[in-house]
Amino acid sequence: MRWLIPAALVVAMIGIWQIVAGTEALADALGLQPTLVAPPSQIASALWTNRSLLAENAWVTLREVIPGFVVAVVIGFVLAVSLHLFESLRRAVQPLLIASQTIPVIVIAPILVAWFGYGIGPKVGIIALICFFPVAVNTLDGLRSVDPDAVAMMRTLDARPTQILRRVEIPTSLPHIFTGARIAVAIAVIGAVFGEWAGSDSGLGHMILQDNAQLATARMFAAVVVLSAMAIVLYAAVAAVERAVVRW
Amino acid sequence: MPSTRSGVAVRGINHHYGDLEAIRELSLEIHPGEILGLVGTSGCGKSTLIELIAGLLGEPSGGTISIGSAASPAERLALCAYMPQDDMLFPWYSAIENATLSLRNRGLSKATAHSQAAGLFGQVGLGGFEDARPGQLSGGMRQRVAFLRTLLSGKPVLLLDEPFASLDAITRAQMQVWLAATLDLRPATTVLVTHDVEEALYLSDRVVVLSGRPARVIATLDSPRPRAGDREATIADPAFVEMRTVTMRLLNADMAAVS
Repeated sequence: MRWLIPAALVVAMIGIWQIVAGTEALADALGLQPTLVAPPSQIASALWTNRSLLAENAWVTLREVIPGFVVAVVIGFVLAVSLHLFESLRRAVQPLLIASQTIPVIVIAPILVAWFGYGIGPKVGIIALICFFPVAVNTLDGLRSVDPDAVAMMRTLDARPTQILRRVEIPTSLPHIFTGARIAVAIAVIGAVFGEWAGSDSGLGHMILQDNAQLATARMFAAVVVLSAMAIVLYAAVAAVERAVVRW
Repeated sequence: MPSTRSGVAVRGINHHYGDLEAIRELSLEIHPGEILGLVGTSGCGKSTLIELIAGLLGEPSGGTISIGSAASPAERLALCAYMPQDDMLFPWYSAIENATLSLRNRGLSKATAHSQAAGLFGQVGLGGFEDARPGQLSGGMRQRVAFLRTLLSGKPVLLLDEPFASLDAITRAQMQVWLAATLDLRPATTVLVTHDVEEALYLSDRVVVLSGRPARVIATLDSPRPRAGDREATIADPAFVEMRTVTMRLLNADMAAVS
């Protein structure tokens, strides 16, 4: 029952899109050219006929997204804990953190490629650069949400600062950390696409760029569909890990 | 570990938070092994006083606090266990893991810590609930676990900050009887902060009445029949009722003088 409404919404949107883009008179009236907007039926057939090509490129992109995401979570977590433990460090580093998010990735990506080559390195770097931020910010919020009375109590129970961190502050922050990780994994695929645009010979982002240039619109949309599906599956996987870890 | 018969001496302390004066010229004595009730209106600085005694807030702005020969905040912190208002049980730990936090903080293994606590769980009516999650326990049971956590620290001074404030009246009455019995079993120098005059008089040997902010001592009263067997009979006793009336009048007069 709870799937009914979201499913109906998606079906309705696809239906309207099909009718508008697939009916020549309607498409002409709205100025939709088949090279710009492919009807869902064509995208579906592009998905099927190009299934092995899409799978190959999706595998390439997935192998960039997962290490990039893992690096981002580790960096975001370690950074947040360090900034939490050292107040003066936090004041010094926080502006730099925010500044790091104003770097236009599209600009820095080609530079990273020039430095590190066409391999997986620049892609992981770009994904980590985009994704560490929501993890770090949410983890910091979580660490700061700890009840001061809980810390006071732990101090009277002979806890050292590292024990307070391990037994109180990190468990309190876990739901926040996972919120950050869920945001990060959803935007990680965008990072991979930017990385591939800057320099790559395979991957879904590379495919999108190629198909766009060659006006293979249906196949380009098919690649976007696969990319979205990847993000949704990864998001669900992180949410499942969260449910297994945060059981309270 | 120093003697469990440590008393607390608070001498002429003042304390400010910025411009806010929380405590003024406050002196009191807590005798070794005694239960001292601290009553006062909400926000009068009772919690500040407790945190100062525990060494959690550093030195007071003026005056001295000592526990036996321990005078510095760090030394006092080593002698005090603090039970905050909320039961503050961590939901990621079981009941016994919560209760044994101090033992684990001191580096005892899980098995050793749990075996030390197991007997106590049975004694206070929590037998069989060792592995329950806090969310599975009733309000009264949660407070028992929270108090065991305080007791298992083995500290000579227990600082209880409105321990039963969140409980309903019936559970609260039961918990008062339970606490009286448990403290008879494991005596400790105890400060009981409460805004419930009846609770203070029933559980404490002496009751200190504090003024509204800045906190000063208005009066120190000897409880009529502290922790006598039957709670209902005790609180219906004419001497007890008289004492409750006197205490309430002191608090009311102080509030009237402020407003």
